Amino acid sequence: MTESPQTFGDLALEVRSKNAGPFWVTMELFLRDAVSYARAVVLSEETIARLYDVRAEDVQIFRIPALNVVKISFPRPVAQGGLRDSDIHAGQHHVPLASLPLPD
Amino acid sequence: MEAVRVLSPTGMLGAGFAQSTVDRGLELGADVISVDAGSTDSGPHYLGSGTAKTTAAAVARDLRILLRASARAGIPLVVGSCGTSGTDSGVDWVAGIVETILREEELDLAVATIYSEQQAGFLGERLRAGAVHPLAPATELDEATVDGCTHVVGMMGHEPIEEALRGGAAVVLAGRATDTAVAAAFPLMMGMPAGPSWHAAKIVECGGQCTTNPRTGGVLATIDQTGFTIEPLDPDAACTPISVAAHMLYETVNPFRMREPAGELDVEAATYTALDDRRVRVEGSLFHPAGQHTVKLEGARITGYETMSFTAIRDEHILANIEAWTGLFAEVFTGRVAQTLGLDGTEYSFDLRRYGYDAVLGKLDPATRPPREIGVMLLVRAATQELATAVAKVANPLMLHLPTPDMDYLPSLAFATSPAETERGPVYEFVLNHVVDTRSPTEMFRIEHRKAPAHD
Repeated sequence: MTESPQTFGDLALEVRSKNAGPFWVTMELFLRDAVSYARAVVLSEETIARLYDVRAEDVQIFRIPALNVVKISFPRPVAQGGLRDSDIHAGQHHVPLASLPLPD
Repeated sequence: MEAVRVLSPTGMLGAGFAQSTVDRGLELGADVISVDAGSTDSGPHYLGSGTAKTTAAAVARDLRILLRASARAGIPLVVGSCGTSGTDSGVDWVAGIVETILREEELDLAVATIYSEQQAGFLGERLRAGAVHPLAPATELDEATVDGCTHVVGMMGHEPIEEALRGGAAVVLAGRATDTAVAAAFPLMMGMPAGPSWHAAKIVECGGQCTTNPRTGGVLATIDQTGFTIEPLDPDAACTPISVAAHMLYETVNPFRMREPAGELDVEAATYTALDDRRVRVEGSLFHPAGQHTVKLEGARITGYETMSFTAIRDEHILANIEAWTGLFAEVFTGRVAQTLGLDGTEYSFDLRRYGYDAVLGKLDPATRPPREIGVMLLVRAATQELATAVAKVANPLMLHLPTPDMDYLPSLAFATSPAETERGPVYEFVLNHVVDTRSPTEMFRIEHRKAPAHD
């Protein structure tokens, strides 16, 4: 990277999201290295709750230093395949997380 | 047997794989071929309607290669979640394809089908016995919900598959099964330890997904008494400790613990070691048997009928005022539906999506760039197809000519198709997220040996 990272996505090799069964969505940040992991690991249940408009107590975060991965799961806010579900596989829901500005 | 080699050619029957993938697996001494044919990932339509997501020709193409391999090597073939959702119709659909191939190829393989569809009477009895429990985020189940489902399936563990294999089946076509049970059944039957068997099954369930090049070929897992070794079947792909460990993250809520009917896989202490530049050794996987064996239910019901209409906006003025345009649309549309059809809004519902603007993420969308064009999708849902289409047709002149409030002329927008409306038929939702306490691991599944083993 030539420029300093501005967002959580800038710290990662890949950010992805997907259904975990019909009732949950899960997403992962694959961080570039241990330094990036150390910066991303501050992500809290409250931050995710604000970002995705879900309850903090429903958010599960798994921090996996061996893989430089932060994994986040929460119940799907919109029923899969319902009238208002415009992302059937939840495959584009990583974007708000990837776009989240890094804290100062 | 000291070790069992499981060949997983692809993550989804019908997705395709090279003949060389299977040839390589047989060269390496595969003892069983396992393949998943289903998923809930594409939505409730497939379970609700009992139809497959995959097309018959693609399933037949893959099965022909696998059935020939099974016969050539004399090893069993296990197919799980037949027909996408594992309904009885899905099992029969795959069984019909298999029967045709066996006849055409003159193969003599004993086929067993396992049915996993559940009857309301049985579930009602288990409900009243207090043997049905919700999984997060679901709540307690009632009988009316079960009765309202078009199809309910139970997700089998390894036990019914093992029973079918022990009964002499060379080809097992299973209804809804856990992704892992399909690959774990044979190694467990041959006495391999549960921790490595279930962990290997989870790693191979998506074929090449656990390799450095997920688009190529399948994988082979060799399970023994102390762990398992995983290697790709494509010569140009590799398994690395990271690619294998990372697969535990895929489509799972919790990457360390996974519930199966018979217990829980626990990979918290598992170690991933490179044996060379393309094979990985995994040890330390545990399986904790459950006090109560449970089977998870999946069910879907019809929520209505939908009609879709799609138009597009390129006019710079409307693009710059899309919120005002959408607001006016909703107001005029609901007013016209009341005026012409006499509906007050309780008889139908609709979603107006602005593709290119915020259709995918809605209010969660962080982007601020102005769109170049916007596709406007109208989805109308009502109790009947006729009503949904009638409502959508009322929207047609608006999707063609609606201006923004400040325009003093009528624009003409860009319909994508003619007619603009497409009838989507019945639409479904998943309603069950519950488990049943079983009295035996096989009581909810029916095994049928369709073709007796050859005696010549």
